[in-house]
Amino acid sequence: MADSHGHTVKSFDEDIGQLRAIISQMGGLCEVQIAAAVDALVSRNIEAAEQIVRDDARIDALEMEAEALAVRIIALRAPLADDLREIIAALKMANVLERIGDYAKNIAKRAYAVSQAQPIGPVVIVPEMARAVVGMIRDVLDAYVDRDAALAATVCERDRWVDDFYNSLFRSLLTFMMENPHYITPSTHLLFVAKNLERIGDHATSIAEMVHYAVTGERMAERTKGDDSALFARSIYAIPNTDAPPLKGSPPKGYPAKAPPEEDD
Amino acid sequence: MNTNNAPPPVGSNQPPKMTARGVNVFYGAKQAIKNVSLDVRADEVTAFIGPSGCGKSTFLRCFNRMNDTVDSARVEGEIKLDETDIYAASMDVVQLRARVGMVFQKPNPFPKSIYENIAYGPRIHGLAANKTDMDGIVEGSLRRAGLWEEVKDRLGESGTAMSGGQQQRLCIARAIAVDPEVILMDEPCSALDPIATARIEELIDDLRGKYAIIIVTHNMQQAARVSQKTAFFHLGTMVEYGDTSTIFTNPSEGRTKDYITGRYG
Repeated sequence: MADSHGHTVKSFDEDIGQLRAIISQMGGLCEVQIAAAVDALVSRNIEAAEQIVRDDARIDALEMEAEALAVRIIALRAPLADDLREIIAALKMANVLERIGDYAKNIAKRAYAVSQAQPIGPVVIVPEMARAVVGMIRDVLDAYVDRDAALAATVCERDRWVDDFYNSLFRSLLTFMMENPHYITPSTHLLFVAKNLERIGDHATSIAEMVHYAVTGERMAERTKGDDSALFARSIYAIPNTDAPPLKGSPPKGYPAKAPPEEDD
Repeated sequence: MNTNNAPPPVGSNQPPKMTARGVNVFYGAKQAIKNVSLDVRADEVTAFIGPSGCGKSTFLRCFNRMNDTVDSARVEGEIKLDETDIYAASMDVVQLRARVGMVFQKPNPFPKSIYENIAYGPRIHGLAANKTDMDGIVEGSLRRAGLWEEVKDRLGESGTAMSGGQQQRLCIARAIAVDPEVILMDEPCSALDPIATARIEELIDDLRGKYAIIIVTHNMQQAARVSQKTAFFHLGTMVEYGDTSTIFTNPSEGRTKDYITGRYG
């Protein structure tokens, strides 16, 4: 925290520093796991996928470590004000990051099933979507470490891009399945993968809200949900989020700016 | 008294029980309280916090003119109980201290029986017409202080023979025996063990609503637990005043934050 001076009790500062380090490490592992899982899925690398499943235990162990340390700090230091907000945020972040790790593991588990089925075109969107999600996690952890509420707010906004990726993939995959029943198995798996990534984006958003509160003491304004796949029946080719205001900055590579891509093979 | 330069009062939604306007306190040439204005509501517990020597106890003692007993002390500004100026020449200080009772850091029971400790105040103020009345006042006061069940069979024993926590509750019972409107507490738990402290805190909670309570405490968690309003003092000025829940989770002043989080100096 950007304070001019630390606590009178130095070991309190050390405890907080250690908690921050654990959370950052969890975030870093989550980024690696998501990218690697999607890579294993696309490249049909079963060995890599199995390694990712095993590596999830490291994130789980760190969560336990973060939780034990946060509980210890609360018990010993009785933190208040920004300290209290930060410790509580860290406790919740550890839990959410563990969940994100589980989603990455789940994606890796699907790599085997996808590798056994016929390759389908829309899979190429998944790495782009994963990059957008990993970028959110990276930035939200930077916001946490740097106490940057403004950066946290931009992460929340960017979740809409991830939702748009998901909506686009959802439509493409549904079209595929309607065209050819052989595509149903790989499409369903990819749909779950996309949903996992979309959920990771939501979790990154909720971490951003925690960071914003920890830094400022103010709650971030409520965000509207961008996943409109539930409204799919109403309009199969609706352009995602047309009534939402445009976001600042350039969208990630592969972002479905217009109508969802038509498959030609 | 001149209150033209008094800062606007804080904490005023309903008619306050006590008001302080532009209060300055001097010990000889040294100014201990600088231009403090504050309202104390009847149905709330107000906590004064701040580092040693910040003036919080000095300010507390202005509310029942305890500073009168300090030769070098001089109080400027205006303090009212309801609409009455308590520093007016016509104010009977003994009557004032019956209406604004006080509990000190170290329990100070009279070296008399438990019964006499309670009966003394009502007797000199003529609150009991006969022995039955007095018995009723003694029992009622001890009950409200949560002490009756522990001492009802030994009312003739000396008050100084009780445990520290019991002595402090006896002092609170003694304060409420004269049916005050305001109770001032100057670190009432700092000489008590955690269980006795918990009993006093429970008692404060029970008394809230019946008496306006102002408590000076060095224990941040205690202030957070028992009070609805908190005022933070530093170097004789009131730095911040507000809802206790806000002060301890999201204080607006940097000095408040540094103090409550243990970063002082």
